[in-house]
Amino acid sequence: MFGKGMGNMAKRKLILEDGTTFVGEALGSVKESIGEVVFNTGMTGYQEIMSDPSYCDQIVTFTYPLVGNYGINREDFETIHPSVKGIVVKEACHTPSNFRSEESLHTFLQAKGIPGISGIDTRKLTKIIRQHGTMKAKLTAADASSLAAVQELQLSELATDQVKRVSTIKPYVVPGRGERIVLVDFGMKHGILREFTRRNCHVTVVPYNITAEEIIQLKPDGIMLSNGPGDPKSVLVAVDMIKGVLGKIPLFGICLGHQLFALACGANTLKMKFGHRGSNHPVKDIETGKVYMTSQNHGYAVEEATIDERILTVTQYALNDGSIEGLKHNHFPAFSVQYHPESAPGPQDSNELFDTFIQMIQQHTKRERV
Amino acid sequence: MPKRTDIHKILVIGSGPIVIGQAAEFDYSGTQACQALKEEGYKVVLANSNPATIMTDEQIADEVYMEPLTVEFIAKIIRKEKPDALLPTLGGQTGLNMAVELDKRGILEEFGVELLGSSLDAIQNAEDREKFRTLMNEINEPVPESTIINTVEEALTFADEIGYPVIVRPAYTMGGAGGGMCYNEEELRTTASNGLSLSPVHQCLIERNIAGFKEIEYEVMRDKRDHAIVVCNMENVDPVGIHTGDSIVVAPSQTLSDREYQMLRNASLKIIRSLGIEGGCNVQLALDPHSFQYYVIEVNPRVSRSSALASKATGYPIAKIAAKIAVGLSLDEMKNPVTGTTYACFEPALDYVVSKIPRWPFDKFTNGNRVLGTQMKATGEVMAIGRTFEESLLKAGRSLEISAEEFFLEEASELSTEVLNHRLEKADDERMFLIGEAFRRGYTTNQLHELTKIDLFFLTKLHAIVQLEQQLGDHPWDIDLMRKAKEKGFSDQALARVWKSTEEEIYTFRMKHSLVPVYKMVDTCAAEFASSTPYFYSTYEEENESSVSSREKVLVLGSGPIRIGQGVEFDYATVHSVLALKEAGYEAIIMNNNPETVSTDFSISDKLYFEPLTLEDVMHVVDLEKPKGVIVQFGGQTAINLADGLAKLGVEILGTPLEAIDRAEDRDKFETTLSKLNIPQPQGVCVTSTEEAIHASETLGFPLVVRPSYVLGGRAMEIVYDYSDLKRYMDEAVRIHKEHPVLIDRYMTGIEVEVDAISDGETVVIPGVMEHIERAGIHSGDSIAVYPTQRISQRLKDICVENTVRIAKELGIVGLINIQFVLHQDNVYVLEVNPRASRTVPFLSKITGVTMANIATQVMLGKKLTDFGLTDGILPEPEDVYIKVPVFSFEKLRSVDTYLGPEMKSTGEVIGADKTIEKALYKGLTASGIHIPTAGSVLLTVADKDKEEMLEIAQRFYQLGFDLYATGGTGTALLHAGLPVQIVEKIGAEGKTVLDVVKQEQAQFVINTLTGGKQSRSDGFRIRREAVEHGIPCLTALDTAKAILRVMESMTFTAKAMPKKKEQHV
Repeated sequence: MFGKGMGNMAKRKLILEDGTTFVGEALGSVKESIGEVVFNTGMTGYQEIMSDPSYCDQIVTFTYPLVGNYGINREDFETIHPSVKGIVVKEACHTPSNFRSEESLHTFLQAKGIPGISGIDTRKLTKIIRQHGTMKAKLTAADASSLAAVQELQLSELATDQVKRVSTIKPYVVPGRGERIVLVDFGMKHGILREFTRRNCHVTVVPYNITAEEIIQLKPDGIMLSNGPGDPKSVLVAVDMIKGVLGKIPLFGICLGHQLFALACGANTLKMKFGHRGSNHPVKDIETGKVYMTSQNHGYAVEEATIDERILTVTQYALNDGSIEGLKHNHFPAFSVQYHPESAPGPQDSNELFDTFIQMIQQHTKRERV
Repeated sequence: MPKRTDIHKILVIGSGPIVIGQAAEFDYSGTQACQALKEEGYKVVLANSNPATIMTDEQIADEVYMEPLTVEFIAKIIRKEKPDALLPTLGGQTGLNMAVELDKRGILEEFGVELLGSSLDAIQNAEDREKFRTLMNEINEPVPESTIINTVEEALTFADEIGYPVIVRPAYTMGGAGGGMCYNEEELRTTASNGLSLSPVHQCLIERNIAGFKEIEYEVMRDKRDHAIVVCNMENVDPVGIHTGDSIVVAPSQTLSDREYQMLRNASLKIIRSLGIEGGCNVQLALDPHSFQYYVIEVNPRVSRSSALASKATGYPIAKIAAKIAVGLSLDEMKNPVTGTTYACFEPALDYVVSKIPRWPFDKFTNGNRVLGTQMKATGEVMAIGRTFEESLLKAGRSLEISAEEFFLEEASELSTEVLNHRLEKADDERMFLIGEAFRRGYTTNQLHELTKIDLFFLTKLHAIVQLEQQLGDHPWDIDLMRKAKEKGFSDQALARVWKSTEEEIYTFRMKHSLVPVYKMVDTCAAEFASSTPYFYSTYEEENESSVSSREKVLVLGSGPIRIGQGVEFDYATVHSVLALKEAGYEAIIMNNNPETVSTDFSISDKLYFEPLTLEDVMHVVDLEKPKGVIVQFGGQTAINLADGLAKLGVEILGTPLEAIDRAEDRDKFETTLSKLNIPQPQGVCVTSTEEAIHASETLGFPLVVRPSYVLGGRAMEIVYDYSDLKRYMDEAVRIHKEHPVLIDRYMTGIEVEVDAISDGETVVIPGVMEHIERAGIHSGDSIAVYPTQRISQRLKDICVENTVRIAKELGIVGLINIQFVLHQDNVYVLEVNPRASRTVPFLSKITGVTMANIATQVMLGKKLTDFGLTDGILPEPEDVYIKVPVFSFEKLRSVDTYLGPEMKSTGEVIGADKTIEKALYKGLTASGIHIPTAGSVLLTVADKDKEEMLEIAQRFYQLGFDLYATGGTGTALLHAGLPVQIVEKIGAEGKTVLDVVKQEQAQFVINTLTGGKQSRSDGFRIRREAVEHGIPCLTALDTAKAILRVMESMTFTAKAMPKKKEQHV
């Protein structure tokens, strides 16, 4: 932006672990920040992405060059307090235009204390991430020493307690008259909750470290394992919980929830080179042979070779790289997907999975009653 | 799902001639489709009447039929070829309508031809307004309140119910022909009546006005297994109310939040599924800027102009994939051709902004009605890619090649506030420039939003461009600001204006500071996956992705947007040049900015730079790639105009040297050359005042050809027959451009001959000599051309050939040359020499089998014509006769006069080929859309000078059994000649007037020649326009009428009474 008044934006720097430095203009907060730099290829949905807790501790690069065009509205948040460490854009729009817009990207980031940088060659950055994998990066003032920053980055360890930080501390209820769902919050996007309330479910959102016993006491009809940030192996407490409820209560896992479900069933998870983040990821369903466009955001994946075929069946895989996108339990009412059927942002093609889950619950309940 | 094995031979129908609403995009989609089907092993039979296309090249399909696209001819092809299936969705509206028609006549059923892609139900559900609305209601997708009308009265009743303004949309017409917005009863009456007559099913939709809504398009694809994806969404900068073909469009959408994006995506996918289309489809939606309320406006169940744009905008080849889907392949089993590793079943992610700006013909049709509405008026379009909206828009702006800078129109500063506001509100072709002017005058974005209804997002960006321009003005030669300006897409030309400098100085300054663009790849996936697509655009950023190979390279410059005078035929030549370069082992690099064309398909060249064709932009590519040379001969005037600047900067122009180009284009130098060769040309002089002109006319004698010296391509050129005509022309010309002289030449009437030749400087080969049906005076692009020549003597033909050889050698042409001669009183005069590929290159190449652009390219690279076994002179001529007939788009262009003269007006062409000239003419005329009746009436109203000639024509019509209508003077002449004629009144008189005959469609032809005098000029204009509105061929050249007569005479028998036994003989 070069309009009057915006012309004197402070210069900022994005320094990568490998020493690559980008100089651009300040966006949002001007505080320093270290995070894992990733890219998202979605062309819309920056508000949802920035507020998705799965991006906790990450610096998100938007590959679409113009961000902020339709402003920030009061509705499209996926959490109240974004936990993203930084935003990288080619160009930020300071004069948004949309009937729902309440403020600009810049003022929002400022208010939330999120630093950002604009005016850099984001395509170059994306290609670096694609070639070298995600890496640590620092957002800092333009006059800061790059050398010192690189050393700091190389010495620093990324945190592993993200889930703890973004999960709800206390359980809460979103009442409804339908199926009773326990939604385990590993960093839940509001979208998942929205899908259940839309279906009149009675939802109890619980912290990530809830035990199997505590859940069973709530007598739910189904358990939803939410998405969330970081390495699933940092949340082993949840793996134990899943083992405890599996076969007793129907279960549906999304994203991190999917990975935790796999771990609970004996499979392993691995960190991907640069992950899947965007709104255009084709996923093939093995049973129907059909492909769905999905919204994705994950840096870890289930390792196919470690799947015990006696326990788990791969239901879906990513068309482009063959990674696992869906699992189901061979004996129990439990399934999971790596992507986001609640979309927000992204295509809503697989939204029916929530109905599938509710049907699974209904069938299970019927069987129990017999 | 594997491809089908139960079908083997597929008929593909092309879109026919280029007209407004159906341009080169269907050559691109058709070519891709044919190649895709062949790749899958099917036998492809192609029908298309347009010879100027790549798709009608013999290697594109197994069998190519260049026959008229009428049921009669397609049925013949089906009978002969017995195809198993027909693919109608790649030939635009023409192809689709043809499929519907063939089905209606039972031909598809009779020969067991299956329709691929879209079923007839799907076509009808999408195209028939009522069925479409019913379907939308069934699937709960909102459509604006509307009604189907078959009479004007029904329209008025509905408008009374829902209130004005309302929109009229005629059914089954392309480019929205005949439609429009109506603000009151009077407008509705006119538009509805016009729309009903243009609709082949006499049906119009009257609909609630949703003008001002955002107009959003989704390009969607679906396969047999019900996979449905969005390839691209696009947002019209101009809100609903202006045809999308006439709107500035950006991709992807800019002002939609994800919720809005997904809401409209869901609707689009639901629609393509409910229609059951297997292939591509375009869904147009209107979105309320103040709520989530949206309406479905229109669906095209086929590939379209928008899908061509989407393909170029994303890299995703929609037509190719659509063709493969049509034969049973599914999206998840096809690879994405761009990455080569991922699958076609995905939705492209863009990391750039694409802008499309239409190219309108109002530089030619200065008197045309320029106001934009629901009827498309643009002949072509440009596209540009940038990393910001401003960059992409300004790059597109400077690709237009109009007499304006990318965002600055000098004349606009002279407009009064009133006029400026009015034009901003009404929207015409110059609106973008007027917005620039308004901001320069201090308008606010809100004021402009009030006037234009354009979203504030875009207006703010445009405002910022002007603010930056002003900032630049305050800080001359500030390198940081300059960088910012370049990042926002400013050209050196704009900087030169703002800094009162020259482009050269700006360029030098920039080079000194190493301020040059980098090139980024179009890869469909925003760099998520590695790709090797050789498809690039420039931007001012850090990393350059266009790695330069060590191979020897040649850069070919394309011809830019399709416009009158520079059509798809130049793209044809460009593509052939590229192919020749590849064959010769060079790395062929192409630069062009037209999203509709084959040349901008990244799979054609070794490397594609989708860039504006200005000196600055070309030099950037040259500086990076360092090609051996640049080829400018095939890109029409666009490329030729760049030659001089490139050469001055030390770039080698391959082929004909610059000095030769200059000698052919500079009037004085050319005169000297011809007199040296002792080859005659019409006498002429250069004058600057009316007095001088009158004086000159005394020596030259009337009639005269007059034209301003500063324009090319016949613009503002006229033939004047007397003093008053000359005075009128001169007064006007002098008034408009005092400083520019007017050229006055003797108008030599006679047969016009056109010669295309290839020369290597030593040998000159002439693939063909063509003769025009219309005598000289009508632009060669608007004349019916015949090959081989039919009427001219061997001696004169030999002179044409000999003079062509001599001129080409004298000029030192290396490559192609086109010369037009007039045969006047047994002498051959040179009218014009074009030292480049001409419009007739594809026509002649296809007939003669001499791939002219290919050979010319090889010659430019150093080969000799003798290497091909060619020698001086004309090649042997075939037995058959080939006719090229021009096609016009007058029904789309209100207030444009249709009389033919030295200024070109046609938008496209068709071919007619057969054993005899009559049969070939029949085919050519039929293909051009002229119905050849065997009986009926003809209306004659001609100038005095033409009366004698007219009598012969009238006599022949009469012999064929036609009734004659004529106006006063013409009628009297006919009566004197003893012909029965019904004389009708002049315009404005009481009783049955000449206009009534036309309005009531009582005549099958109108023959009208241009008369002198202001009143009769305007009367003639009204008659001609009325004929266009009613679809009656209006012939303004008597030669055309004679040609048609010849056809009719050959196909009908005259009823002739036995000769009476005369008394005196007894």
